[in-house]
Amino acid sequence: MDALILSRIQFAANISFHILFPTITIALCWFLLFFRWRLARTGDPAWEEAYYFWTKVFALTFALGVVSGIVMSFQFGTNWPGFMEKTGNISGPLLGYEVLTAFFLEASFLGIMLFGRGRVSTRVHMAATFLVALGTTLSAFWILSLNSWMHTPAGFEIVDGQFIPTDWLAVVFNPSFPYRFAHKLLASALTVSFLIAGLCAWQLIKGTATRGTHKAMRSALVAAALVIPVQFVAGDLHGLNTLEHQPAKVAAMEGIWTTENGAALTLFGWPDEANATTHFAVKIPKLASLVLTHELDGEVKGLDEFVGEHPPVAPVFWAFRVMVGMGTLMLAVAWFAAWKLWRRRGSTAADQGKVVLPRPLLYVLAGMTFSGWVATLAGWYVTEIGRQPFIVYGLLRTSEVATQLPPSMIALTLTAYLMVYGLLLMAYVGVLKYMAEHPVHHAPLPASLPAPDGALGKAGA
Amino acid sequence: MNMSWAEMLPLIFLAVMGLALLAYVVLDGYDLGVGLLLPLAQEPQQDTMIASIGPFWDANETWLVLGVGVLLVAFPMAHGLVLQALYLPVAVMLIGLILRGVAFDFRVKAPLAYKPFWNHAFFAGSLLASAAQGWMLGSYVTGFDPGLLGLAFSLGIALTLPAAYVLLGAGWLIMKAEGDLQLRAVAWARRAMWPMALALVGISVATPLVNPAVVERWFGVPEVFALLPVPLSCGLALLAIRWVVTHPEVVRAGYGWVVFAATVLIFVLAFFGLSYSIFPDIVIGRMTVWEAAIGTASLQVIFYGVAITLPVIILYTVFMYRVFWGKARALSYS
Repeated sequence: MDALILSRIQFAANISFHILFPTITIALCWFLLFFRWRLARTGDPAWEEAYYFWTKVFALTFALGVVSGIVMSFQFGTNWPGFMEKTGNISGPLLGYEVLTAFFLEASFLGIMLFGRGRVSTRVHMAATFLVALGTTLSAFWILSLNSWMHTPAGFEIVDGQFIPTDWLAVVFNPSFPYRFAHKLLASALTVSFLIAGLCAWQLIKGTATRGTHKAMRSALVAAALVIPVQFVAGDLHGLNTLEHQPAKVAAMEGIWTTENGAALTLFGWPDEANATTHFAVKIPKLASLVLTHELDGEVKGLDEFVGEHPPVAPVFWAFRVMVGMGTLMLAVAWFAAWKLWRRRGSTAADQGKVVLPRPLLYVLAGMTFSGWVATLAGWYVTEIGRQPFIVYGLLRTSEVATQLPPSMIALTLTAYLMVYGLLLMAYVGVLKYMAEHPVHHAPLPASLPAPDGALGKAGA
Repeated sequence: MNMSWAEMLPLIFLAVMGLALLAYVVLDGYDLGVGLLLPLAQEPQQDTMIASIGPFWDANETWLVLGVGVLLVAFPMAHGLVLQALYLPVAVMLIGLILRGVAFDFRVKAPLAYKPFWNHAFFAGSLLASAAQGWMLGSYVTGFDPGLLGLAFSLGIALTLPAAYVLLGAGWLIMKAEGDLQLRAVAWARRAMWPMALALVGISVATPLVNPAVVERWFGVPEVFALLPVPLSCGLALLAIRWVVTHPEVVRAGYGWVVFAATVLIFVLAFFGLSYSIFPDIVIGRMTVWEAAIGTASLQVIFYGVAITLPVIILYTVFMYRVFWGKARALSYS
């Protein structure tokens, strides 16, 4: 394996691992703010229990996000030195602003948010929680702005092989940015909704649910049901934007080999790049044109127009189907569960704030705890692999900026990272399951009472 | 010196980067130091030690991101060169930081049976990160010299930077702990002091040997007289530490903080010494600050951001330390 492909795998492994955690923490922090607000509004201790449990999940997830994020800031220099040398005048300020406005903000107020409840007033504490949520969202803003610029570069000129900014507003708010930012934030909301619903469902199955479990679950299911149709719309708009600016990527996503009008949608099939055909294709006539151009006979460019300038077809083709398939499954489950909840409104159980769902549905929800991860990763692979062979679409190739280090060195660090990440992922999922099965059964005590003797084990803070 | 704004900007960013890295070494230095000391304590004291750094470590680590971030965004040419040359030590450091960071949470959230494992991970991560950072510092000072002398120097710093962190961590614990743990921290500081002092002498002697440019900078006349306060202050700081850790009544009287403060002073002086030695090169012997920097227009854009946000960051960092001032209490989310 050469240094280029190893570097790509290493970067992909690092960023895939990293993205799992901010995807959760961005929306989870807003959920926590919501639980906190509901507690203040209603005084119902069940909201405190929900807040307490999910704060623990948040703290753990945040730590994993931070440590893997630090790796990212080094990856640019270690594996893609040419990228910063050529695009540094643009990527530099964007990354700089991310660290200065977002990273420091969330890191500093996190300590107060997690550990400061006995030391600061409720108002300061809620402000700290809000600032952490704002910090994580701002982080997504800057990173996605830069990432989007790599897909739809704007506001620049090239001087001596270097990208020089000419219009910063155009750089930050480049053509694909609004769509990708919205799509990402909605993906975060959905990932967390299913994470909460799934873990709560597991608690209901195991009989370890607290009053907080019901509160959290209801919130999560309602959020999922409301957000998922919006995500489909956002995804559609994102697709239209991609068709306009990155037609080669769309051609690969849909496995459209030659330019055609009224292109059929390939539901499944086996794309064969060497022979420019899809085997065993299951097609729906005209649907691709309809979805992509909103016209039955719209023109969709084929891969034959982008020889040497389009991504590998199979990974993009399959990742796209995984993402849409998972999204559809999430839609079906979320709407079914929400409908079930709605049907039971007004019953005694609902009045008590309890969530009562059929057991098979609980198992489905538990099974879909990490469905958001699958959909998010699949979506990222579509867009990032879909950008290849370019690192700045249409202007700079990935191969031009890769490191010249010996492949053996990269293979060594790649192996080390994979081992560490594998361990941490197993530990993370294992701990979440453990926490769900061993929640603290009483609401956290007020500071004036002595702490329990630890008989509940160290599942607390 | 009559310098244009365009010439000044890279220098300003060099200062920001340097100060960010100094802040990192001091702040995360005590986190890593406490981590290195963790195996020396028993269970409940271990929890107190972690509680003393729990609210701060994330924000502390962010200074590293800022420091390397400024290298990345303001001096991309140097960034690529430095990180390629330090590829393996950087990876070791990152894995160390990952293990240390996640161990904070896993040690208390995982089933009780796994706590010893995560405590070991905390220590191992702290050791890997400190040693790797030491290696990187040594390598940087020698200008990435692959020769035997350069490697020996890097190895030396890889062994001694952890010792410096241990002294810093012990000093932190003297301030944040009470009773038995505080006494043990004093004992740890006493034991860490000599390796640290030896290391300081060793580095000071070795640096001119591996980098001849340093000789002219420091030992030319009249510079040598102007710079004399630097080693003198280091010596005084070490004596102050020695006095505090060998006189328990001084600690009881509330002057335990002198250990931490004096160690920080030594770090600051060492940083100043290093900066003075290599300026204006950003990669010794190969690249000056101006050669490595991006265009003035882009530096200007980041400069506005830094000028506004850095004071704000310092303000809320101070706020954070004020909220958690005083002796370490058990950390809880409620």
